[in-house]
Amino acid sequence: MTSPLSVSVTDLHVTYRVNVDRRPTMSQAVRRLGRRQRIVHEVEALRGLTFDVPQGEVLGVIGANGAGKSTLMRTLAGILPPTRGRVEVHGRVSTLLALGVGFNSKLTGRDNVVLGGLAAGLNREEIAARYDEIAAFADLRDNAIDMPMRTYSSGMYSRLAFAVAVHMEPDILIIDEALSTGDAKFKKKSFDRIKLLCGQARTIFLVSHGLGIIKQLCSEVMWLKDGTVQARDTPAKVVAAYTRWLEVGDEAVATEDM
Amino acid sequence: MSRNGTAGPDVPVQVFTPFRRGVPALRPYLRDMWGRRLFAMELARAELRTANVGTGLGQLWLILNPLLLTFVYYLLVAIIRAKPGGIDYLAHLMAGMFLYYFFSSSVTGGAASIVNSGRLILNTAFPKMLLPLSVVLVSFWRFLPSLLIYALVHMVAGLGLSWNMLWGLVSVACMVVFATGMSMLFATMNVYFRDTRSFLPYCMRIWLYMSPVLWQVDDPEIRVKLGGLISVLEYGNPMFSIIGSWSKSVVYGEFPGWGMFGTAAAWAIGGLALGSYVLLSREREFAVRL
Repeated sequence: MTSPLSVSVTDLHVTYRVNVDRRPTMSQAVRRLGRRQRIVHEVEALRGLTFDVPQGEVLGVIGANGAGKSTLMRTLAGILPPTRGRVEVHGRVSTLLALGVGFNSKLTGRDNVVLGGLAAGLNREEIAARYDEIAAFADLRDNAIDMPMRTYSSGMYSRLAFAVAVHMEPDILIIDEALSTGDAKFKKKSFDRIKLLCGQARTIFLVSHGLGIIKQLCSEVMWLKDGTVQARDTPAKVVAAYTRWLEVGDEAVATEDM
Repeated sequence: MSRNGTAGPDVPVQVFTPFRRGVPALRPYLRDMWGRRLFAMELARAELRTANVGTGLGQLWLILNPLLLTFVYYLLVAIIRAKPGGIDYLAHLMAGMFLYYFFSSSVTGGAASIVNSGRLILNTAFPKMLLPLSVVLVSFWRFLPSLLIYALVHMVAGLGLSWNMLWGLVSVACMVVFATGMSMLFATMNVYFRDTRSFLPYCMRIWLYMSPVLWQVDDPEIRVKLGGLISVLEYGNPMFSIIGSWSKSVVYGEFPGWGMFGTAAAWAIGGLALGSYVLLSREREFAVRL
């Protein structure tokens, strides 16, 4: 008897087009039109992923930069729709992606927490019920929670973001490279919190370049390479193979039986 | 692995599949929007609360802005014509200016709405249409108190009350719908061309001069001066029918005519359809373009 499914991904492809320049402006577009250059180029971020994740699993996701980790997390959260394939998600997803909360720095921390919650589909009572816990966990001094977020330090930003994500009582928690922020004390606190969540039969996706953290927390690890699943196995095995690949490159791993 | 297990009946199941023809399925999209209407309202409320916080007169600027604008243009027109307009001209100018100000702040605010919410869009799955919508809501809340000032001028000018003034509601409805469409359109355009926002104030000013705010639709002098252009504006500029009918009914207590309302409604529905289609068809790219 296997535990119930939490996430089921079938032949997932995500392709998107991006601008060559970071900030698209009219003058550059006109100039490029004159030179008949291509304005966009296509990124095949995910190329045919198929996997299931049972409930309660803590799945580590590793891979080199550009392997598609963040794209996969955004797709699971419903932020990026698939280009092809199908994603089935059982339960509410809470995301702690690279950038965190605080989308409007003019507003106070409190406003941002409430607005973020409402956008994520919670109602006012649900947010009010969690609000005090969030503020306590983020532990911002001098009532910073009621000050505009432009006055926050980057550490305060990420602490609040982490507090929001873990207090939304998600069925599925997605953490993308967010554990490395904050000071040592807060790092310990967030680490403990994730361990606690791991014990509550929640499904957790943990994206990190910190292989130590992955080994410590995850029950299984998936290695993404060029938008495909290169390996999925116990943390020890996959991390070892990944480390070897980082050191010696493609050929050695290709011959190894995964 | 067994595929038939689920996490229990009380857990919501979400399925993400590709969009058909680049547009998300409308019914769930609208349901999602309705479910998160509180977000749009709370965002609008927060925006109102924080605007003008640093200024001495604070929230009074909400009314002062369009009011001062009206007086500036009143002065301008008086100088160009070398004679001051009557108080009923002031009433017409003010009514038109307030409604136009609602439109232009919806569009300029809307243009910034998506680009400014980058972090939220990158982290949360929600219908992005709510962002420009919330801007229109803010502009509308600011428009309402300015009507009280107009009422005062209306009374002082001795223009009187008439049941025909209620037709103004139709004009406002058309304006809200049209402004929503344009707000969505420019919000999307600004993601692709960040210059849109810089161009907009100038476009909005030219659009204002082309609209019956400084001049009146029935003014024979203007009709002679503009010649053939007037018939182009009549159908080619949505503001002609929307603000024209607004001024006729509210300021002069006349029934603007079905022709005018027909044109206004057509522009409103067309504008909304265009704006929402453009936003919906581009929405999936926002997360990678910001």
